[in-house]
Amino acid sequence: MKKIKRVLAPVMAIILTAGLLWGCGGDSGKAGQKGQVYVYCFGDYFDPELEYEFEEETGYDVVIDYFDTNEELYPVIKNNTAAYDVICASDYMIAKLIDGGLLGEIDYGNVPNASYISENIKPFIEEFDPGMKYSVPHTWGTYGIMFNKTMVNSQDIDSWKDLWDKKYADQIVMPDSMREMYMIAGKVLGYSMNTTDEKEVREMTDLLLKQKPLIYKLANDSARELMIGESAALAVVNSGEVLYSQDLNENMDFVIPKEGTEVWTDCWALTANAANKEGGEAWINFMLEGDVAEDNFEYLTYAIPNTQIAELTNEPVLNPGPDVLAKCETLKNLGADADDMYSRYWKEYKSK
Amino acid sequence: MTNSGKNRNLKRIFSGPFLAFILCGTLVPMGVIAYYGLTDRSGAFTLSNIVAIATRSHAQALGLSLGLALISTIICLLLAFPLGLILKDSKLGRKGFMVFVFILPMWMNFLLRTMAWQVLLERNGIINLALKALGLPLLDIINTPAAVVLGMVYDYLPFMVLPIYNAMIKIDNSLIEAAYDLGAGKTAVLRKVILPLSVPGIVSGITMVFVPSLTTFAISTMLGGGKVNLIGNIIEQEFTVSSNWNLGAGLSLVMMVFIIISMALIEKFDREGEASVI
Repeated sequence: MKKIKRVLAPVMAIILTAGLLWGCGGDSGKAGQKGQVYVYCFGDYFDPELEYEFEEETGYDVVIDYFDTNEELYPVIKNNTAAYDVICASDYMIAKLIDGGLLGEIDYGNVPNASYISENIKPFIEEFDPGMKYSVPHTWGTYGIMFNKTMVNSQDIDSWKDLWDKKYADQIVMPDSMREMYMIAGKVLGYSMNTTDEKEVREMTDLLLKQKPLIYKLANDSARELMIGESAALAVVNSGEVLYSQDLNENMDFVIPKEGTEVWTDCWALTANAANKEGGEAWINFMLEGDVAEDNFEYLTYAIPNTQIAELTNEPVLNPGPDVLAKCETLKNLGADADDMYSRYWKEYKSK
Repeated sequence: MTNSGKNRNLKRIFSGPFLAFILCGTLVPMGVIAYYGLTDRSGAFTLSNIVAIATRSHAQALGLSLGLALISTIICLLLAFPLGLILKDSKLGRKGFMVFVFILPMWMNFLLRTMAWQVLLERNGIINLALKALGLPLLDIINTPAAVVLGMVYDYLPFMVLPIYNAMIKIDNSLIEAAYDLGAGKTAVLRKVILPLSVPGIVSGITMVFVPSLTTFAISTMLGGGKVNLIGNIIEQEFTVSSNWNLGAGLSLVMMVFIIISMALIEKFDREGEASVI
């Protein structure tokens, strides 16, 4: 999910590390009195100012490390569950970590702000972390179609099927990402994005192959740049990219197709053997505070499921209606055999 | 006696870092790749990752890679050979400068330069904006194999030019003058004197362009728009997205075989080239 701003991550890491060293050298004040909290998070995934605010507020010292993809996080936590106290990961990775016994249960007595978590996100959390025992949401979003109002008639776009319309030939940017592409084909055909039925995967592949000649480019991070630069008329993007793109090009509009879409959630969680569990819980609790959520929303433009800022995030692009949400799914781990099967068909799609 | 013994010791000490580098940087990784390539996820021995090259999508990607690499190599050769002649004959005493101009872009990271092409070739990119302003037809090659070949030629051309230039600069001008004195025309001099003497440069140029073009995945990702699927892209995907390291390593082993074959072929030509020199 979290792919943008990746370039900034190392820079931020250096700045933050420098800040941390400087902080250690100086008058420590209140910070650091209660020990250290080790945080492992996607690069540049919260307002960096908040780190100092947290230290001021709680008296903990924070040490933060960054990673780029969920796949990078997994071996680190698997090989040393005590390396970090609190981590950030996507829905399907949380499920995998829970299965591996790598996460610790959250004591909600220490996280009173959990009461601010929006109700509409809870059914999706239920899918990967039943009872919300191990994780609380940090950000969430959907995939949908971003389009240029001057190049496409707004009334024409309401369905994933519109991406198969020949009049948009050579105008469409699709994600260069296997699971998201099968999600789209699945929604058109009425199949689950987590299906492991080979017949359905075959059918979805054929459907995608029919659309391939219409595609201008398969792209992930650069999709929004192509849209902002008006090289393409339609692109499938993550809802978190929309407000940013609209700031730079006012012709951008966004639709969550009526067939439903993928809902993704990135969550905070405690590791199984966290050395400073209370510190980790304090971090999670802090992230759920209303003004902290507001800072993060303004910094990231990703939706944050917090009732305290419900009005602020009340953008239609970030909030699909209940009837669409009912048709949404979350990405699940399918196991190595199903992964190999998908990958086989995906390669067939790519090489034709 | 003691002196040569000392020398040998010195040699050993100085070659130490190099041997360590070869061991850690080449042999160990090759061993790891071979291990992954010849086992399945559970660690049992299998040849299926090697045989997998024959499956349709892999074979198609390999065929496309071979084709595009061949085309880029030929274009590079056609551009570099005349350029070598020009550089050799330039009597301005600025040969160093000309070569310098050619090497200059290589001071920048090649990924950045490829990304620059992406911006230049984009539908609303700089080239098309200029063409539009001049009322000329637009260039529509981004996200096609043509753009990938352009990227390969652009990135690897210096690797063709430099060896050819180096071989040509070594040709003794008196040989060429002698050929003219004995009545050879311009074409005969080119065909019978200059060309055979530049073969070693041409051969190493071909290797240095063909091999990286065959295995690239960065250029096809950036300029092919995800629609040009080379064998390098498949291997990269196996490691980064499909998390099937075994298959990725197996296909890499097959690619190594292809590279060894192409180098052996070239080596053979090289020998013949040398023979014709004598």
